[in-house]
Amino acid sequence: MSNLAAESPTLADFGTDVWWIIVIKVVGIFALLVALTLFAILFERKVVGRMQQRIGPNRVGPRGGLQSLADGLKLAFKEDIMPALADKPIYFLAPVIAAVPAFLAFSVIPIGPIVSIFGERTPLQLTDLPVGVLIVLACSAMGVYGIVLAGWASGSTYPLLGSLRSAAQMISYEIAMGLSIVAVFLYAGTMSTSGIVEAQESGSEVSAFGLNFDGPGWYAVVLPVSFIIYCIAVVGETNRAPFDLPEAESELVGGFHTEYSSLKFALFYLAEYINMVTVSALAATLFLGGWRAPWPISIWDGANSGWWPVLWFIGKVILGLFVFTWLRATLPRMRYDQFMRFGWKVLVPVALLWILVVATMRVLSREYDFNAGDIALYVGIPVLVLVMAVVWLWPDKAPDPTVKEGVPPTTRGAFPTPPLDLVVPPSPPLIKRDAVAAGKRGGGKRA
Amino acid sequence: MSGYLTVGALLVVGIALIAGAGALNSMLSPSRGGGGGGLTTYESGVDPVGEGWAQSQIRYYVYAFLYVVLAVEAVFLFPWATIFGDPGFGTTALVEMGVFVGLLALVLLYVWRKRVLIWT
Amino acid sequence: MVREEVTVGVGDAAAGLHEFPTTDMTLNIGPQHPSTHGVLRLRIVLDGERVVSAEPIVGYMHRGAEKLFEVRDYRQIIVLANRHDWLSAFSNELGVALAVERMLGMEVPERATWLRTLLAELNRILNHLMFLGSYPLEIGAITPVFYAFRERETIQAVMEEAAGGRMHFMFNRVGGIKEEVPAGWTGRVRQAVADVRSRMPDLDGLIRDNEIFLARTRGIGVLTPEQVDAFGISGPVARASGVDFDLRRDEPYLAYGELQESLRVVTRTVGDCHSRFECLLDQVYASLDLADACLDRLASVTGPVNVRLPKTLKAPEGHTYAWTENPLGLNGYFIVSRGEKTPWRCKLRSASFNNIQVLTELLPGTLLPDLVAILGSMFFVVGDIDK
Repeated sequence: MSNLAAESPTLADFGTDVWWIIVIKVVGIFALLVALTLFAILFERKVVGRMQQRIGPNRVGPRGGLQSLADGLKLAFKEDIMPALADKPIYFLAPVIAAVPAFLAFSVIPIGPIVSIFGERTPLQLTDLPVGVLIVLACSAMGVYGIVLAGWASGSTYPLLGSLRSAAQMISYEIAMGLSIVAVFLYAGTMSTSGIVEAQESGSEVSAFGLNFDGPGWYAVVLPVSFIIYCIAVVGETNRAPFDLPEAESELVGGFHTEYSSLKFALFYLAEYINMVTVSALAATLFLGGWRAPWPISIWDGANSGWWPVLWFIGKVILGLFVFTWLRATLPRMRYDQFMRFGWKVLVPVALLWILVVATMRVLSREYDFNAGDIALYVGIPVLVLVMAVVWLWPDKAPDPTVKEGVPPTTRGAFPTPPLDLVVPPSPPLIKRDAVAAGKRGGGKRA
Repeated sequence: MSGYLTVGALLVVGIALIAGAGALNSMLSPSRGGGGGGLTTYESGVDPVGEGWAQSQIRYYVYAFLYVVLAVEAVFLFPWATIFGDPGFGTTALVEMGVFVGLLALVLLYVWRKRVLIWT
Repeated sequence: MVREEVTVGVGDAAAGLHEFPTTDMTLNIGPQHPSTHGVLRLRIVLDGERVVSAEPIVGYMHRGAEKLFEVRDYRQIIVLANRHDWLSAFSNELGVALAVERMLGMEVPERATWLRTLLAELNRILNHLMFLGSYPLEIGAITPVFYAFRERETIQAVMEEAAGGRMHFMFNRVGGIKEEVPAGWTGRVRQAVADVRSRMPDLDGLIRDNEIFLARTRGIGVLTPEQVDAFGISGPVARASGVDFDLRRDEPYLAYGELQESLRVVTRTVGDCHSRFECLLDQVYASLDLADACLDRLASVTGPVNVRLPKTLKAPEGHTYAWTENPLGLNGYFIVSRGEKTPWRCKLRSASFNNIQVLTELLPGTLLPDLVAILGSMFFVVGDIDK
């Protein structure tokens, strides 16, 4: 394991690259992002197709593989429309503001360990900063401006409503997302992304029921509540279903991008998918062990060295994208106020509480010599049991009357009646049954 | 510092890329000048009523305030969380932060009780 | 267009914060909007996202159906009648055929009646499945519509085999139906009905009790029985409010009189969007049972399926009103004849026209997303509104 540790970059390994390595990395990041975006669009359509009993795109390229590329090219050939009522400079700038930070966030995502590129040993990460994760948070906050300004600058009602929604939505979920990450900093003791990946290398030793084993290192396992809050918050943050309210098609037509066409529209589209890729990558970095191989593969010694980790990393990103797609295919859209209520009244308080709980546990384990296993055993399990008991034993709400059937009929006369002089004949099969004598039966009332 | 410069480089390249794409787009895309009402804004196929801009409910404003309060809180939490594991920080730091978070939780509780968090 | 409504709204949420006057926004939803299924237009005034007032503006698709009926031979009317509500084509033609037969005093062969009943129920399933797919779509669930269409396709296949059409079946004739169904058709219908019944839980389980779907539809757009009576609302929308009225049971036409033991009228009491949706969903199961019951009877009923008509078909002088329980509600034709080849006057009472009128009362005070939920849950076809 010694060579493995040597390959984990630390903050000191950054900022020493020669210029052409930086150029390669910048180009590499753009290439990776564009490739992942094109893949994500196609992947989403294919997966949603499968979930909906369809095939999905299969016309362009082998098995439809070039569909998203063709879509992108098509957009470049579309007329660029500037609505007469638009605030022109801002209308022009908004998509740029939305797209650029999306790229930028990827600069601090660790993609792999230290590798050798043409003889130069360098970490597979453009750069890292002592405040690495904050860069990602700042970029996602910047992206909100693009959407808000787009809606405002269009000078049209639907986009305005869409952008007002997204403004409130994104700032609300920004908070929940930020708070969910605090516990990770608490555990990792650093805000640098490479440091957080390294901190997840192995978990502390857990002794439970007389057995000693290595606890899991992934913060998704160590800090499940943070992970869940993060996952929910980023879905809101990226405007994806079931929280895609700013562009709720059945309500607001296109939402903030209703008035956009051509490349400007493409930039919003690009930004949305890059944001998905970025938050998936950040989830992998913060909670899923970054580029390190997941458990069964990690038994193999070479799994975490060389270029292999890139594969694990991309696998984790695709897993994130799959969850996004899965949510979109399954869930209806939440209503705006429900969604805001959920953010402010559930996510934020729970996140605050969780931070205090985690910090308290840290203090307990350090100053009063409880180890994590003991705490989990003596505090965690009773709490879990208590919570489950409350959930199960909570009195069920009275069964909703909507599921009941067999309502007593209302009176006959209480409904729009046909013309007063109408004589309705019984239906023909009944006539046959009732009376044989009725040979000629008059129809309706004859005047 | 060079780390920030690298991020800056990415920013410049990103803007350049988008500018290039924009230039390419302006060469490729037709420009018909939106004759025949093409430049009017969309309102479900009828002429738009009034302007898109309207003074809106103040409730949007409350959320902005709340955001500022809690975002600042988060900013204070980040450095605290980062160094919390270092030796020398223990119960005292926890209690201090508990008081700080508690105060802000109180703020949240206050607006909750004031029924500001109802989005209508 | 000049801005017409500029009202000053004082909010109610946070006391003391809302002395600041805000302007209400006027917004047109439709005629071209994804959630209006065509060209219904709603003119709404918004305060933030709350609807202050809403006014349905109908008529974009007015085709003068009644006047078109009045200049056509009774047999030709049928072809037009199945077009106003394009999702219940068979039931629409049925109403015309019933009215004309009643005026002529014509007796329809028993097998034709049973086939008509069967086809009407299959048409009801087709119609309901369409809304069971499109309604979740408006709430934002994109998958159920494909499951609904898979079932639709199954039923559609047997309908198409019998009638030749997929939308406008044109299978009714005055005095019966167009022709005997193909050999072995009933067996295939039975199979299709069984298939749909076995796969309905896919659709049902996907959406009916979904937490978000419940949150979006429970308690939203509650329609009281009084409103139902006042606006003449009918069909599943009315039954969801506890107005237990179904012509198939209360004034049996076709063979429904003999199907009373298999006929289950689905009702709910709450009258919100979710109960309307559930009414539709459970109605599909009920209709599948009815279709099976019809098939059971059809196996033993033989004979002709239509009667020979004279070259010129003239209804005797008089008038009649034939109403049927269409998938979306009551559909009636009031036909006045002066002994000519064409009706002298024809009044069409369509279900959707009445059902959506209540929107003016239902929508004010709701949020914009609820507006979409309510609009979708009224289950209308624009052609049926505009005639």
